[in-house]
Amino acid sequence: MSVTTDRIPEKTPDAPGEPTSATRRRGWAGDVLITVLSIVLALVVGAVLIAVADPRVQETASYFFARPLDMLQAAGSSVANAYAALFKGAIFDYGAETTTAAIRPITESLVFASPLVVAGLAVGLAFRAGLFNIGAEGQIILGAIGAAYVGFAWELPLVVHMVLALVAAMLLGGLWAGIAGFLKARTGAHEVITTIMLNYIARFLLAFLLSTTAFQRPGRNDPISPQVDSTAMLPQMLGSWSRLHLGLLVAIAAGFGVWWLLNRSTLGFKLRAVGANPFASRTAGIDVGWSTFAAMAIAGSLAGLAGAFQIIGTERSLTGGVSAGIGFDAITVALLGRGNPFGIVLAGFLFGALKAGGVTMQARTGTPIDLVFVVQSLIVLFIAAPPLVRAIFRIRAQGAGSMQVSKGWNA
Amino acid sequence: MKKVVRATAIAGAAALALAACGQAPDENGNTSGNGGGTGTETASNFQACMVTDAGGVDDRSFNASAWKGLQDAEKELGVKAKYVESNSETDYAPNVQQMVADDCGIIVTVGFLLGDATKAAAEANPDEKFAIVDFQYEQPVKNISPLIFDTAQAAFLAGYVAADTTKTGTVATFGGINIPTVSIFMDGFVDGVAYYNQAKGKQVKVLGWDKAKQNGSFTGDFNDQNKGKNLTNTFIQQGADIVMPVAGPVGLGAAAAAQEAGDVMIIGVDSDWYESAPQYKSIVLTSVVKEIDNSVLDVTKSAAEDKFTNEPYVGTLENEGVSIAGFGDFESQVSPSLQQEVDDLKAKIISGEVKVESPSSPKS
Repeated sequence: MSVTTDRIPEKTPDAPGEPTSATRRRGWAGDVLITVLSIVLALVVGAVLIAVADPRVQETASYFFARPLDMLQAAGSSVANAYAALFKGAIFDYGAETTTAAIRPITESLVFASPLVVAGLAVGLAFRAGLFNIGAEGQIILGAIGAAYVGFAWELPLVVHMVLALVAAMLLGGLWAGIAGFLKARTGAHEVITTIMLNYIARFLLAFLLSTTAFQRPGRNDPISPQVDSTAMLPQMLGSWSRLHLGLLVAIAAGFGVWWLLNRSTLGFKLRAVGANPFASRTAGIDVGWSTFAAMAIAGSLAGLAGAFQIIGTERSLTGGVSAGIGFDAITVALLGRGNPFGIVLAGFLFGALKAGGVTMQARTGTPIDLVFVVQSLIVLFIAAPPLVRAIFRIRAQGAGSMQVSKGWNA
Repeated sequence: MKKVVRATAIAGAAALALAACGQAPDENGNTSGNGGGTGTETASNFQACMVTDAGGVDDRSFNASAWKGLQDAEKELGVKAKYVESNSETDYAPNVQQMVADDCGIIVTVGFLLGDATKAAAEANPDEKFAIVDFQYEQPVKNISPLIFDTAQAAFLAGYVAADTTKTGTVATFGGINIPTVSIFMDGFVDGVAYYNQAKGKQVKVLGWDKAKQNGSFTGDFNDQNKGKNLTNTFIQQGADIVMPVAGPVGLGAAAAAQEAGDVMIIGVDSDWYESAPQYKSIVLTSVVKEIDNSVLDVTKSAAEDKFTNEPYVGTLENEGVSIAGFGDFESQVSPSLQQEVDDLKAKIISGEVKVESPSSPKS
């Protein structure tokens, strides 16, 4: 990699303050191990909760000491059934009658994963630049507004319409996050505060827009927009039996794009440098304010893309709940992916699978869907506390350990 | 070593002590309620499935009521009932799809907001049977049976009761989202108060809904109880002493605000809150009840017996699909003649002498 700015050293094997490549490699393996073990632990705790919540288990527990096997059997079968249903709903429904019905679950997982991946990238990219982007939710809403408006208000030919809807979503999302970036760069306002507040503003802006004649569906009093034209929809990749749309490929491409941006481009180098140490970066001649703004704007446009997927991928019309909490799940996805673009793509797939599987689990075994959120939260909780996981599995700490994904409040 | 011994001893003692507590049932499985009752052989494989809206199955409101209908069907018909909950609008389509994939005999979708998703699924799966609570399609769909309610009739009575009971001369109502199935309550309520004012020459004011403009106070969703609380506090500050929240579980927030205020009463909706929300029974004046459970049970029965049609079910005061609940703890506090007046008014509405009209009323 060569950097053209003359005040930055010509050869830069590692960003300032980052561990050397040797310790980083060991740390990386350790990260994967901790991540996998965290998932396992979360599933174990989830299993306990499934068993406790099961009425049959509660019934048999009342005479546990008279015949303990009853309860253990009931607990075992309730957990096995629940997780089997989770798998069937997320990956492959091996009991289904037709092939399409059997493989639809995996496509559903990917549908849920697509917006999670790009929104996770939005949070992860900001992490790497030392910014805590809590505002993905608001940026998704702005993206959804942009995509929806272009989708239903303009009449354009195929492909052009879809591309413009995506562009509008990215622009609005980028603009929204850019506000937080600008405030941070110019006034030092902390991005956690500003992005959270911008989430609220976005939500109520959406509620307001849906009550205006420009956005409200004619003949309806409730907050719902007209459906976007079919020319603006992302094409279905597998036909009408599955909702899988082109957004998946866009999301994966975005993963590669962010990786390239962070690891192979000058801008990405600056972002990482500012993330690692803004003071050193300033001394080295990097425009910290501009980098902050750029990081937020790019992150926002990625989150905007997630909003576009919601509208022109699946929902077709804009409603108050269009963001569906994806912006907050994205934070956990980015944490799970350790700020690494490919890690985030995989984490997004995992969360998408949990979401799709959770529906089946609730439908077939009556296990509350909230359990899925508990498992998701536990995964992140364990990842945030590597010493706990190491202590449980008696693993010795390796090398530099986990990478710092974000910096503290005063960074 | 010592520790182990001590732990074993304690565990042993606990086991002996606890063994006396629980008695295991017979091996023959004579435990109650496991077999699915008296259902016929064909019916026992029949699955009755439900998709909630964002309120969730424990909303003490129409989702809960519909689920009760399916549970009744489970008991009476021996069918298997199950549900999935939606957390946001984006869950509707995948949740309905899940039920289609699960070979359900009937899929009950609950709520106006599932209208689009249900129609799309019904058209894609013409052999599957659907019923939707609270939505009437302009063009009937051949495999969807709409379960709709002329709630304005019962809310009219509630408005009359509220106008008669208020001490401040101000009552209020608010909704979750401005959709016909919500505003129909508010239309009826406002008209009931107006009818009272006309009949008795009073000036009772209603906050929160303008029938002519079809607009008023809404919290914007069906899950954030805090918003219901805030809005109710605003009404209380403006002098309202009776509030009718038409917002599913958000109404519980209104009840909390009313309880804190002390002398404010709540009119429940969908189910009789005196029973379904017992923590607030001391402030529930009455409830506007929709018998969603019966309609769901009926449609499940007809589907299980292969008699399903897409004829809409319309609940009215006359067929008791909608009704007004009793006065609960306020029985002794409302004016003595009120029950009689309400009964007379009900008879007049049924006979058509008093016309209750709402733009949101079911079209027959």
